Amino acid sequence: MDIFGDIPWYIYFAAMILKVLVAFVFVLLTVAYATYAERKLIGFMQVRIGPNRTGPIGLLQPIADGIKLFFKEEIIPAQASKFAFVLAPLVALVPAFISFAVIPFGDSIQIAGYKFPLQIAAYADKAGTVYDLNIGVLYILAMASLGVYGIVLAGWSSNSKYSLLGGLRASAQMISYELAAGLAIVCVFMVSQSLSLQAIVADQSGLFGWYIFRNPFLFVAGIIFFICSLAEINRTPFDLPEAETELVSGFCTEYSSMKYAMFFMAEYANMVTVCAVMTTLFLGGWHGPLPSVLNFIAKVYVLMFVCMWIRATYPRYRYDQLMKLGWKVFLPITLFLIMGNAIWMTLFK
Amino acid sequence: MEAYLFYILAVVTVIGTVMAITEQHPVHAIVYLVTSFFSLAMIFFLLSAPLIAMFEVIIYAGAVMVLFMFVIMMLDLGRPSEASRPFLRRWALPMLLGGIILVSIVTVAVNHISSPDTSRMISINDFSVVLFRKYGVAIEIISMQLLFAVVGALYLGRKRDDR
Repeated sequence: MDIFGDIPWYIYFAAMILKVLVAFVFVLLTVAYATYAERKLIGFMQVRIGPNRTGPIGLLQPIADGIKLFFKEEIIPAQASKFAFVLAPLVALVPAFISFAVIPFGDSIQIAGYKFPLQIAAYADKAGTVYDLNIGVLYILAMASLGVYGIVLAGWSSNSKYSLLGGLRASAQMISYELAAGLAIVCVFMVSQSLSLQAIVADQSGLFGWYIFRNPFLFVAGIIFFICSLAEINRTPFDLPEAETELVSGFCTEYSSMKYAMFFMAEYANMVTVCAVMTTLFLGGWHGPLPSVLNFIAKVYVLMFVCMWIRATYPRYRYDQLMKLGWKVFLPITLFLIMGNAIWMTLFK
Repeated sequence: MEAYLFYILAVVTVIGTVMAITEQHPVHAIVYLVTSFFSLAMIFFLLSAPLIAMFEVIIYAGAVMVLFMFVIMMLDLGRPSEASRPFLRRWALPMLLGGIILVSIVTVAVNHISSPDTSRMISINDFSVVLFRKYGVAIEIISMQLLFAVVGALYLGRKRDDR
């Protein structure tokens, strides 16, 4: 069984299952407490207190919310297309989680003579060479592009005009911003010469090794990638698909109970994923002063804080502004960045 | 194990495609087609072509089908079509043409039975060397043609305020 390297298959499977479980539980906990952190933070920024009744300083609020949503009545509209209506929350939630399979969240660790890379879809052979998916970045892009189906199917199947408008906006928005995000990542490929996330992280040791500090073009590319990612996961200021003030609740207007909770979880899981991808591609992955996993977690949490900060600060874009920003500003800038990056790399070898 | 996986995926692909053709509901048909693209991508992955697998998902499932969905929602086509299924005389010509293609594919396939070399994963470097060195000129010509098509479509579709 050469696919397992030189590791006995039972150790391989045990390590794999352990990695999946730990990563999954960690992301789920982060998602649960991101909702609390966001309410608390925005509360402080708006000079309110935020949730403070459930448990000490409101710490049990996410659990209470979860139980509340679980016991709510589940309603499927009579005119809805049931097949797509039930499918949509699942399609929204799954891609948000499976992107984590390729993200390296720490340095490899040695246990009993075997080396285990802290990345779900990776293994090391006896010599210590780490193998991972050699197209990891494209895998992330692919999963991100699938996330839109959940929202579009939800919007269409609910058979309600608000939902439909939300779904319509989501599909147009995601196609537009996927392009600019993809082109921003091209700048990273040019420097790393590889699509494997292990190789990309290994190349970024030391503070000035981080891709975002390599050259001015990569710095701008990093910022554009982050903004486009916010648009792709429908965070404020790009949350047009569920704009409460105009579309009731957008694509998830007709959803209730656990199905609504799944959309809610998908939104926050997407936020965690996007911050993890940003960390891996531009901010040095797990490199830093702390033990490797802690560096990664710290960077992801700082980026999540930035997401919440942006939500408390900026108003929502208008639809035509959103399209103009995507096609007429970000797309030309990223094309220019690719050329600039190429020139820089040739001049300063 | 890979052989079993292949057959499972092949069955899913064929069923997904057949359902996509026969389903009367455009949105459901898209869901089936995306399923079929997805399992097709995994077949490419099994054949040591992970890059093609990802392109299949990113381009076909992630971009083309989302555009289809957008158009269906925009034009409000999202309900089962009322039109009756085509009768035999309308099926006859497509079936004849399809039959000719099927026979030629089977003939070619039977005469050239060889399993693809799956011992080595095709990396993005190999792929791009072939694409931009060996077929570089062809790629440029095709991309220029696509650009002409886009410009032409823009010209035809623009608003004519001057009249």
